Amino acid sequence: MTRCVPGAIKPWKIAAAGLDMSARQLEISMRINGEAVSAHVEVRKTLVDFLRDNLSLTGTHVGCEHGVCGACTVRLNGEAVRSCLLLAVQCGGAEIETIEGLADSGAISDLQAAFQRRNALQCGYCTPGMLISAHELLASDTAPSRSVIREHISGNYCRCTGYQAIVDAIEQVAQARATAK
Amino acid sequence: MKIAEDVASGLSALDRPNSYIGRSVPRPNLERLTQGRGQYVSDVVLPRMVHVAYLRSPHAHARIKNIDAARAKSAPGVVAVVTGAELAKVISPWVGVLTHLKGIKSAPQHAIAVDRACWQGEAVCAVVARSRAEAEDGCALIDVDYEPLPAVTDAETALDRATPVIHPDLGDNLTFERTLVAGDPDKGFAASDAVVEATFVFGRHTGVTNEPRAIVADFNPGEQRLTVYHSTQAPHMMQHLFAKHLGLEEQQVRVITKDVGGSFGIKVHTYADEMATVALAKLLKRPVKFVADRFESFITDIHARDHRVRAKIGAKKDGTITAFEIDDLTGIGPYSVYPRTSGIEANQVVNLVGGPYTCPNYRALARVVFQNKNVMCQYRAVGHPIATAVTEGLVELAAAKIGMDVVELRRRNLIADDAYPAVGAAGIKFEKLSHHASLDKILAMMDYQKLRAEQAKLRERGIYRGIGFASFIEVTNPSAAFYGVGGARISSQDGATLRLDATGAVFVHSGVTEQGQGAESVLAQCVATSFGVPIERVRVVTGDTDHTPYGGGTWASRAAGIGGEAAWQAGKALRANVLAAAASILQADPKALDIRAGIIVDADTGRERIPLEEVARVVYFRPDTLPPGFQAEFMVTRHYVPRAWPFAFTNGVQASYLEVDTKTGLIQLLKHWCVEDCGTVINPQLVDEQIRGGIVQGIGAALYEHCLYDEAGQMLNGNLMDYLLPMANEMPDIEIGHVVTPTADSELGAKGAGEAGTAGAPASVMNALNDALRPLNATPLLDMPFTPERVLKALGRI
Repeated sequence: MTRCVPGAIKPWKIAAAGLDMSARQLEISMRINGEAVSAHVEVRKTLVDFLRDNLSLTGTHVGCEHGVCGACTVRLNGEAVRSCLLLAVQCGGAEIETIEGLADSGAISDLQAAFQRRNALQCGYCTPGMLISAHELLASDTAPSRSVIREHISGNYCRCTGYQAIVDAIEQVAQARATAK
Repeated sequence: MKIAEDVASGLSALDRPNSYIGRSVPRPNLERLTQGRGQYVSDVVLPRMVHVAYLRSPHAHARIKNIDAARAKSAPGVVAVVTGAELAKVISPWVGVLTHLKGIKSAPQHAIAVDRACWQGEAVCAVVARSRAEAEDGCALIDVDYEPLPAVTDAETALDRATPVIHPDLGDNLTFERTLVAGDPDKGFAASDAVVEATFVFGRHTGVTNEPRAIVADFNPGEQRLTVYHSTQAPHMMQHLFAKHLGLEEQQVRVITKDVGGSFGIKVHTYADEMATVALAKLLKRPVKFVADRFESFITDIHARDHRVRAKIGAKKDGTITAFEIDDLTGIGPYSVYPRTSGIEANQVVNLVGGPYTCPNYRALARVVFQNKNVMCQYRAVGHPIATAVTEGLVELAAAKIGMDVVELRRRNLIADDAYPAVGAAGIKFEKLSHHASLDKILAMMDYQKLRAEQAKLRERGIYRGIGFASFIEVTNPSAAFYGVGGARISSQDGATLRLDATGAVFVHSGVTEQGQGAESVLAQCVATSFGVPIERVRVVTGDTDHTPYGGGTWASRAAGIGGEAAWQAGKALRANVLAAAASILQADPKALDIRAGIIVDADTGRERIPLEEVARVVYFRPDTLPPGFQAEFMVTRHYVPRAWPFAFTNGVQASYLEVDTKTGLIQLLKHWCVEDCGTVINPQLVDEQIRGGIVQGIGAALYEHCLYDEAGQMLNGNLMDYLLPMANEMPDIEIGHVVTPTADSELGAKGAGEAGTAGAPASVMNALNDALRPLNATPLLDMPFTPERVLKALGRI
């Protein structure tokens, strides 16, 4: 399961910065896909809305806005999190990576290629989140079994594929990475 | 690792040099979708765009006495607050009926409720604001004075005299009724040795597309044109409906459909809130965006199924099925959905029950009733999962009663593979099916005897595993018989326009649409093969009513079989035109030439004569060098619609292997198989993945998904925490096999494959479950979804 790690969010940073918590907007700074970003953000705005509406990073998708479907999964300080369950203002000082950044850097190019070869996506709406979850798994487990893969992506809802092609693609990348070592 | 290799699979009946038919070529849109570069409607941002949120009725049925919007109108960011009565001046109401569903009736439905809300979730007021958040803030400031009315929620009592009539003008709550008697069912039952009666229940569930419904409507008064970015399956249908109800001409409306984040039949209907959004754009003269959030998706996306079927089968001791009988009741919400109606699913159930079998004796009653719940309409595999579960459930219950193996009973009754053309008991026509070959194949794939032996052995150790089958038929490639004959302006024909560019690249514009199935890949494969270019030179454009041929879009498994054939024929026509130009340049006989891999060659030897781009160069830039009077035509259009058969029926069989934990009632799916016959397989990988995805959708219906309502018509679990969906962890690996029986109705011979998985999965899982529990004398489980609670009740443990 992908999950939000409270320690990674560090909401105390807001208070520590002496910001007015009753304000409708706050100024935040963070790094997104390696670029420094500063913005006045509505306090109530979720991270996913901030990424999409303010920064036009539309590769992160909104599926349920209550933390179940995984379409909004991004990396926050290296961990996969639900960007619909975070407020943008909680992420001051954080390092955030979205699918755009991961795609541009080449960090997940083998996963992307395997998803393409195996047709591990149909409509593509779950795919950015699915790739980020897969990326997280393979970073910690170099030889996951199919059942481990299935369990790890069980926080990412896909209506199109029935999941098998996704499991195949992730398994293939794990094996290819192991062989390459 | 099971990465599909891009090699000819041997499945194709079409023999062209460099053929892409039968090959798993990758889809053109995969690369950008894996980079997060999709363009879904929710990504669309236009200048001056505003957002709408709808205030929705909290009551299942209530009179709207007054709407006080004063506070909302002055809220920050709010641009307009519009009631149903105000919007009714801009957009006319509609009635979801079709003339070929005899007697179907419904009431006028408004974009926003005018004086009465008929289900919990119906929009009663619109708030338009600079942002969605501000629009929602505005909704919270509106005071609606409701007078709650009695809610009709139970379909079983909807027709009782004591039950209030939801639409008094209609006289009763009956939307549609169909009866059918074929052969002599009474004689059939009398001649049987065993009769099994059972009641099957199919829970209401819904599509849960990952991308919720979304629309951006932009009315430009300067040119009196409406441009709609719409997450839909049928752009031309929507163009017509927007124009008709806004009082515009069709040519004033352009519908653009880019990436669609899942559809499954959810996005092929008229939704009141989407119609309201389009009307608001016209009213406000600026772009308006509506994206349903997940909570409103659950109470406004069409729901599906919700059938109660009392059913009966008669069988002789030798296994001969002597009669089928069904009494189907379904509740469809307060309105028949426009324009396809909510009568089609029950109609399909009547058509499909008993379909794989020779038994001629069949009696059916189907009734469709109104109720105060969310609307219900066609969802993936319309009617099939119900008809298949009823038929196959009865078949396996009958087998158990007469003590015959379920496979043997099927063998004795499935229509023989050499008996076609054939007509089903309900009058449906089959060109050619392959039930027996498919059954043989699946038994070999699953090693049936070995699996039965394993099952028996494990039972001795108290491990309860079950094997269940489902033979099925599937409606694909619909002709005008589906909707057109009933008066719906939904194109059954589809077209492809091809344009050869100056470098030898081919642009394909098609009327079918892409929602992830791979329609664009299939179109490219057809054109690349029939025209004769490497597939990299083919660029496919879909989803724009200003530019694509008028067509039906993608639904009912029609994109490959109908759109593909049009593209195939267009490729041939363009090849003939290009060869005429090449022959003129080469002073050769066009019949002696061919195009292969983008090069004009001698047809008999394959000797290269001239590259395609050279022909294009001459035609576009040096036509002065061509013979006088010769005019090249490098743009062609071809259309196709099935004419010989109303539908291309396909067939297949599924099998499920599962284990039941008799202490907890939990079901573990161990393995699933499907053999499907969709005729010519254009792209094996895409077909297999359609089937796998469909199977998992069917498993969701069988085990998890259920829209729960209370007696007052309140949906109790309209969120993803409480509405269970199939996730990766619980799903089995699925093995797919094919039998190939092309349709002779088209040159390509392709039938559809999109419904097959969903059609057969619930039945096979249900049969496997009951097979597992039979030694424990459990009551047969026929009430989907099969929750642990229901399993434990069937076992008598709770």
